[in-house]
This record gives sequence, structure tokens and C-alpha cells, in this order.
Amino acid sequence: MIETYLIALLIFMIVGSIIAIETKNLLSSVISCGIVGAAVSIAFLMLAAPDIAITQVVVEILVLVILIRATIVIDNTAIEAHWDTFAVVSSLIFFGLFLVFAFLAVQDLPRFGHPLMRVSQQYLETGLQKTGAANIVASVVLDFRAYDTLGEATVIFVSILGAFVILRRRGRKRRTEADVEKVGILSEEEIREHNGDIRE
Amino acid sequence: MATKPDLASSQQPTGMTPIVKTVVRFAIGIIFMFGWYIIIYGHLTPGGGFAGGTILACGYVILTLAFGKELALRKMSDMAASIIDNTCALLFVTVAMIGFAFGAFFLNFPPHGTPFNLVSAGVIPLYNILIGLKVTSSLFAIFLALSIFGRFVSKLVDEAEEEE
Amino acid sequence: MILYFLTLVLFVMGVYCLIAKKNIIKKIIGLTITDYAINLFIILIGYRANGIAPIMFKNMTMQELTERGVDPLPQALVLTSIVIGLGVLSMMTAICLRLYEKYKTFDMSEINRLKG
Repeated sequence: MIETYLIALLIFMIVGSIIAIETKNLLSSVISCGIVGAAVSIAFLMLAAPDIAITQVVVEILVLVILIRATIVIDNTAIEAHWDTFAVVSSLIFFGLFLVFAFLAVQDLPRFGHPLMRVSQQYLETGLQKTGAANIVASVVLDFRAYDTLGEATVIFVSILGAFVILRRRGRKRRTEADVEKVGILSEEEIREHNGDIRE
Repeated sequence: MATKPDLASSQQPTGMTPIVKTVVRFAIGIIFMFGWYIIIYGHLTPGGGFAGGTILACGYVILTLAFGKELALRKMSDMAASIIDNTCALLFVTVAMIGFAFGAFFLNFPPHGTPFNLVSAGVIPLYNILIGLKVTSSLFAIFLALSIFGRFVSKLVDEAEEEE
Repeated sequence: MILYFLTLVLFVMGVYCLIAKKNIIKKIIGLTITDYAINLFIILIGYRANGIAPIMFKNMTMQELTERGVDPLPQALVLTSIVIGLGVLSMMTAICLRLYEKYKTFDMSEINRLKG
């Protein structure tokens, strides 16, 4: 039964992604991407993964807000397709081959509903006694596999650092006083420093 | 945390329409409460640091969108966000390092307590709170950077076009 | 089987958008869709028929959890992967803003032409 629902949901996702890819208007494209994310969240809920469903739905909202607020408000012009025949044809051929081989490879995976659980069975059996956490996912994330979480924290730290470095104000062309006022989040010292630059 | 924004007294109109502001004023407390619930009960019910931290970041983003950036910066400035981010990352590694004193890296060293209690599972709730704060501050900082610098870019572009 | 295959079709959609589209924001959307497809694929493999969430409640026996609980390991890995995806997306958006500041357009072929 659940398989039927999931197939319907996946077809819905594929239609949403086609709209997101092919529509001319960027705003509708971003919103269709959000629809795909919401459907993925519902699928997680049906697959008995409430932790991920919560995270997915909130993250998807943030993705939408970031994309609209940071990029769409700047430039919403639809880009006329310079139809790059070589890229489209070669990628279509590649994806045809990819899907054929994927269809063959999928036959060897464990059947849907019957996973291989050699390690995970151990986690399910001993997780509560070893860590005392009732949520086995939390015990896996923060106790059995805490190294992964440390790596995740590092990755998000580095990505935020990278974004700040890319968008930084220092080291770029000199600002005038009016620009400094416009940004608005400079501290007093920075404004004084900028003014000093201008006076020089 | 931020609950009752006193935007009625602010002079210059910023942000969105009064309808949005009123709804956000009612909803924002509930959003922050739900985020903290998800973080603190992360080891008993679905949720945890990542989900709760993202919900809290969404709360700050709503404040920014509805009331303009001044209020959100008063609640959590960009400097405060980066300091919280770095401190939580360091504390996370420090708590993991303390495990060395008891035998191994990332050891769950405190007593585990009785299951299904709020204070149980040793060090996992602490990790949840640290990760939640880290995710909140870093996502809010990146939203702030993107939206404010993005505005800056668009204004520069407008001016350049006007000059031409 | 058809479920796995449909997920891979969604993956291919994302990669096609990443390769063939000219707008940088379209490329970001393609990468996001790819991300969703991979996460969904991993969770699908860990599902157990008539499964329950791997969370112990007070009125449950241990046996019920071990016999019916779904695989917790993919859920833990995907949980971190989703947040990493958000970090990567924000960094890509930052790069896009710098590109826009320099070239005044989001069009990839235009940027290539201006550079050369």
C-alpha cells in the first residue's frame, strides 16, 4: 500500500522538477523546487523517519527564503535560451545510458522493505542500554557515529566562513561615505576608518 | 530569547505590512518555544540539534523579514552570531576531548540515568544544545550576510546604471 | 524496484538542469533537486516493511523495536547531509552574488563571453 502512495508522490516530484527546470519565470521555478522539497518531506514521514522530515521541511523553507531574498529580488529576468545543442544532446544520450544501467543495477539491491541490517540491528538492540537515549537516531548521530557529526559541524563552519570571505567588504574597491551609511551594519570604528580613508 | 518585539514604538516604518507584523508578533514566541522544545527533548522524541537549530534560525529570519533588519540585529547581531558559532564549535570539541580523561574520544562519560527522563543519556542532550546553538547562529549569520550584502550589490548596480 | 528507478529519474532531472541550463540560479535549483533525490534514495533503502520509527516509547517493548524498527543508520547520515546541503547552497549563492556584482548578469554563456 505504502509503495503505491510513494510512487504517486515520486511522480508528483518528477513533474514538479520538470516544471522547475523548464519554466521561464525564475520565481515559479524556485517555488516548484520548494514543492519538490515538501513532497520529499512527506515521503520521509511515510518512510518512518520523523527526525528527517522535520529537518527537511524547515531546511526547504530556508532554501526558498535564501534563494528568493538573495538572488531573485536582484535580477528576475528570464534568460533567453541560446540553445546549446551539443550540451543538450550529449547529456540526453548520457542520461539514457545512465538510466539503462541504473535499471539493471537496481535489480541487485535489497528489495524494498527488506533492508540489510547487520550493523543497524546491533544499534537497535543495544542503543538504549549503551547510551540511555530513547531516540535511537540521536544515539547514532551523537554517540556511535559522533565523528560524522564533528565532520558536519566542520563543513558547515567552513561553508559559512567561505561565504563571509567571498562577500567581505575589506579588500575591495574603496567605498564612499554614502555607501558606508547604506550598508548600515558597520560598527562605529569601521565607519571612522572608512571616513579616514576618504579624507586621505 | 526574543519574544515580544516592541515595534509599535519605532518611528520609521520598516519591514512589511501591519497584518504580517501582528501575525509574526503572535507566532514568534511559539516558534522559539517549539525550537527549544525540539532541541531539549531531542534524545527522547523526534528532533534534535539540527532540526531545532534550523527552526530557531527560521524564527530570526521571520523577524528580519517582517520587521526589518534593525530589530533582528538588536536581538542577535552579526558579531554575536559569529561568536556564538565559534564558541559552540569549540565547546563541542572540548566536551569530546574530556572523554579522553575517561578512556576514549567522544566517550559518553556521565552516568546515563534512567531512560525516558529529561536528564538522561549522559552527554547527548548537551551535544544537542551545542549543535542547536551553532546551527542557529551560523544559519542566521549567513542569511544576514546574503540578504544585506545582496541588497548592497543591487544598490550599487542601480547606481552604476543610473550613471550610465 | 520501480521506486528506486523513479528516484534515479529525479536524480537525472537534477543533473540535466545542472548541465544544460544557462542561468546560474537554475543550476543551483538543479543541485538542490539532486540533493533531495540522493537523500530519498538512501532512506528508501533503509525502510523495513510495516516499519516504525526507531524511537523507543514508554509503552513499547524492546522486542517490538528490534523487530519492526527501520534502519537508524541511513537516517543519521541523511540528517547531517541535509544541513550540509544548506551550507553548500548558501556558499553557492554567495559566489553568485559576487559574479553578479562583477558581470551584472546571471547568464552563464554571457559570463563566459565577457571573460574571453
